[in-house]
Amino acid sequence: MAINWFKYSSPASFYSLAGKLIPIFSVIAFILFAVGLYISFFVAPTDFQQSEAYRIIFIHVPAAWMSMFLYLVMAGWAAIGLAFNTRLSSMIATAIAPTGAMFTFLALWTGALWGKPMWGTWWVWDARLTSELILLFLYIGFMALQAAIDDPRRADKAGAVLALVGVVNIPIIYFSVKWWNTLHQGATVSLTQSPKMATTMLTGMLIMSIACWMYSIALVLIRTRSIILERERHTMWVSELQRAT
Amino acid sequence: MMNWASWSDFFAMGGYGFYVWGSFLVFFICIVGEVVLVFNRRRTLLKQLSLIHKVTQHEQNNETTT
Repeated sequence: MAINWFKYSSPASFYSLAGKLIPIFSVIAFILFAVGLYISFFVAPTDFQQSEAYRIIFIHVPAAWMSMFLYLVMAGWAAIGLAFNTRLSSMIATAIAPTGAMFTFLALWTGALWGKPMWGTWWVWDARLTSELILLFLYIGFMALQAAIDDPRRADKAGAVLALVGVVNIPIIYFSVKWWNTLHQGATVSLTQSPKMATTMLTGMLIMSIACWMYSIALVLIRTRSIILERERHTMWVSELQRAT
Repeated sequence: MMNWASWSDFFAMGGYGFYVWGSFLVFFICIVGEVVLVFNRRRTLLKQLSLIHKVTQHEQNNETTT
């Protein structure tokens, strides 16, 4: 099957492709959130150590994963935009930042509400928590920097450099629980070992993670479409959209 | 319901209701809020471009414009 991928590097064709993909990802996200919530509260059993408080895991871990994953995707698109001077890649990077920042905030928020009953504190300056807070500042810095520069192409380039420098923080977050003696527990699910948790809990967590993933794709596509229209409003194809009846 | 004897039992979350519901509520408020914001941005933009009818009609017709 020969698909001409370069066709979709043009904002005009990406705009119509994204318009078709958004409903698909939205529906999948909605169904998975419903199933995930059902498992979180009705299928997964009570934890013998943490009682019901552990149920925060079903949103805490997906939010934390998404915060790191979205940063890598954002930096990746920003890097492609910087290297190949492709407008669309930079627009996608810009569209990812607010969603990434939201998931970072949620990871910190749910972490605080979980830390209080289990550790006895909302916050500690531990390596995992501090590096996650720095991630939030990186997202906010990326958005603020881009908002402060009037010329969109210059904003893209400045943002890309900031995003790429910030990538160093991702392995620091990921390995912080190994490198330092932190209050935060080690990885529950790792790529190299079998998971140390009950199957229903793991299933619920994975379904919620995929739901967050599908949600992020749908949302980033919607936002990218707005950015495309904003930036390409003076072009031929947008005025053709206007004329098309 | 497998885990819960009653609704009040469900809302109490074994005494951790504040923490569990505080997490899940804020999580979904953020998600719904982001969806609202992103659609507001698109609606405002389409109004600005005075495209709103034309674009939806165009997308229903599903034509390619390139």
